[in-house]
Amino acid sequence: IYRVYTIFILFIMLFIEFLLHQILRVVAKDEVQLSLIRELEDLDFWRGVTDVHSPVDVRVPSHSLQSVKVYLETLDIEYSVMIEDLQVMLDEEQEEMDSALRVVEPRDTNSFDYSRYHTLQEIYEFQDMLVAENPSLVSKIVIGQSYQGRPINVLKFSTGGTKRPAIWIDTGIHSREWVTQASGTWFAKKIVTDYGKDPALTAILNNMDIFLEIVTNPDGFYYTHSSNRMWRKTRKPNRGSNCVGVDPNRNWDAGFGAPGASNNPCSETYRGPSAHSESEVRSIVDFVKSHRNFKAFVSIHSYSQMLLYPYGYTRTPAKDQAELHSLARKAISDLATLYGTRYRYGSIINTIYQASGGTIDWTYNQGIKYSYTFELRDTGRYGFILPANQIIPTAKETWLALMAIMDHTNKNPY
Amino acid sequence: MPGPLPSCSHTFTAVFSFSSSISQTNQSMALRILLALVVLVGVDGSPTGTMAPEMGSAYMPTDSNCIPEMANETYQIPFQGSEGDAEDAMATGDLNPNHYPAQRAAKVVQHYLNTRHGSPFRLFGLHSVENGSAENVNDTGRKYQLGLTVHEIISNTTLNCTAEVIFPDGAEQQPPVVQVSCEDLSKSNATAEEEAFYQQYKSNQSLVSAQNLPDSYGHIDPDKKPFWHLGIVASSFVMLNESNENTLYNMAQVANITQLATENEQLKFDSHILLHDMVSQEILHWKLLFTWSPAEGVEVQDMEQLRRCNH
Repeated sequence: IYRVYTIFILFIMLFIEFLLHQILRVVAKDEVQLSLIRELEDLDFWRGVTDVHSPVDVRVPSHSLQSVKVYLETLDIEYSVMIEDLQVMLDEEQEEMDSALRVVEPRDTNSFDYSRYHTLQEIYEFQDMLVAENPSLVSKIVIGQSYQGRPINVLKFSTGGTKRPAIWIDTGIHSREWVTQASGTWFAKKIVTDYGKDPALTAILNNMDIFLEIVTNPDGFYYTHSSNRMWRKTRKPNRGSNCVGVDPNRNWDAGFGAPGASNNPCSETYRGPSAHSESEVRSIVDFVKSHRNFKAFVSIHSYSQMLLYPYGYTRTPAKDQAELHSLARKAISDLATLYGTRYRYGSIINTIYQASGGTIDWTYNQGIKYSYTFELRDTGRYGFILPANQIIPTAKETWLALMAIMDHTNKNPY
Repeated sequence: MPGPLPSCSHTFTAVFSFSSSISQTNQSMALRILLALVVLVGVDGSPTGTMAPEMGSAYMPTDSNCIPEMANETYQIPFQGSEGDAEDAMATGDLNPNHYPAQRAAKVVQHYLNTRHGSPFRLFGLHSVENGSAENVNDTGRKYQLGLTVHEIISNTTLNCTAEVIFPDGAEQQPPVVQVSCEDLSKSNATAEEEAFYQQYKSNQSLVSAQNLPDSYGHIDPDKKPFWHLGIVASSFVMLNESNENTLYNMAQVANITQLATENEQLKFDSHILLHDMVSQEILHWKLLFTWSPAEGVEVQDMEQLRRCNH
């Protein structure tokens, strides 16, 4: 029995070998420390060495942990342990790969199942397939990297021209709102299917470009699959707190710091340490600013069944309130024609709640007049976990509202 | 599987830092045995390690009174008065029925109706607010008068209702007081199904248990749907109690519902339920012990909010 017990312990020790890998966050105080950190080059850097005061994240295997920590402590280099359990993440990825082998991979975007929820990997592959199948219409632009280093992809739908007036659509900025990423995927396919067939969409694309960001918060989205289906925010750790993540829809430079967001990192509406502190937000800001020619900006969330326009941070009506209101009315009545789904509409602050640092408040203040936020199905019965059989109906009815907005934008240049 | 220990990951961290202070020469043997023992004792803090890939909820059903979490987040009670809301929550007179003040009050009516009339086969959802007005009541609170329609979800019928909701003033949360009258409310076609369901689980040899209703993909097995409905009804008691002018509650998911044996006529359940507050966007975890029978409806015996384990 003693022998069995020893073998059991040895087995456990081998098993936990990977279990105790830690990610250390190291911060250099000066150039000297920075070069000393670089000396750890044999280790696996998750977030590379950039400059003084910028955090460096390094994965340290359990057998090296003590010596690495001693090294850092002796040199008085600040570090903290990011208690992300690496083994668990790897198990999840292995599980995903195993299950992927069991599921038949779609060979093209025609065999992609739009009526199911997909993983990050599957959506990224879909994007590449769509580009490959429609090279003259679609291209993929990587506008930045998420905190954990995932590419932030935007699909550009264009029939030519240079810096044409453009329409922006994003889904999945809040990762738990799964019907939005699923709808975004459907929209992408819809655009390539309808171009050349639907007169309204064809007219729009002959004049304007459409940019579609399907997974706006990839780290959060991965986390909703691997760990917590209800995760909303980014996955960036917060200095001085055990709590992770910033609400990317409170992180924009519009009323930043005003009531309508939290300054507590543990809150679901934490605004972040500063405006645009999240790379997921900053990437879009930089892209929009350098493009200079966006005319409509639609950010898609769930749930509540609402179509909202600015502002969220103030009761002062938007200058274009009347036009935005009547366009919203048109859009949601078009939406209702399909299944009778009822939407409410109005400014953010009147219709849902006060919210500061929001996306469309910023885009509107940049001069992008047709700035809207959707809250898709439903009104609370299923909430974030909307049954997959509602994905396509939701996408289809929402598309009608989007077409109304895009059509109006195209016909009302400014 | 063993229930997670509230201090499990705390212990783990402590052991680890102890073991890393062991000198290099001793480390090989002592550390490995120590770590092996720790693993055997219970590195069970992370819900992820024990969850199937198709997991729906973030958290395991727990016998402890806190929720262990991967990132060890410090729980912060969400601030119910979302900053800045206060100014317009004082809207008085006629209300725009599409704006949030009337909508939040109407949602309270939904919760109330579910506590009074909800069952595994009868469930109410707010359909629309037609009109509303609000006034201050002396110094005791705020009173809303509403004209609304509600949807009985399972029979797919819509009822007109009028309601009055009073939100009491005070620093601490007190339940709103609701009066409502709906046309055709007493009519219920569900009695046959309720009775059949009741008999099935009253006389069952084994006690039923279900998790993640719905799962991550929004799926619920058809034979588990009545338990999802029961979860909604039971959580309506909590949502009603916790509602004020700065909240809007929906049930997000039934993480776990487990039937318990009883000596009396009721069916009895222990449950772990996730609520979502739209205003703070927080997910709140509650444990609910409740009974149900066709005659008595749902009665909650115990309710307790679960907080995250602190470090």
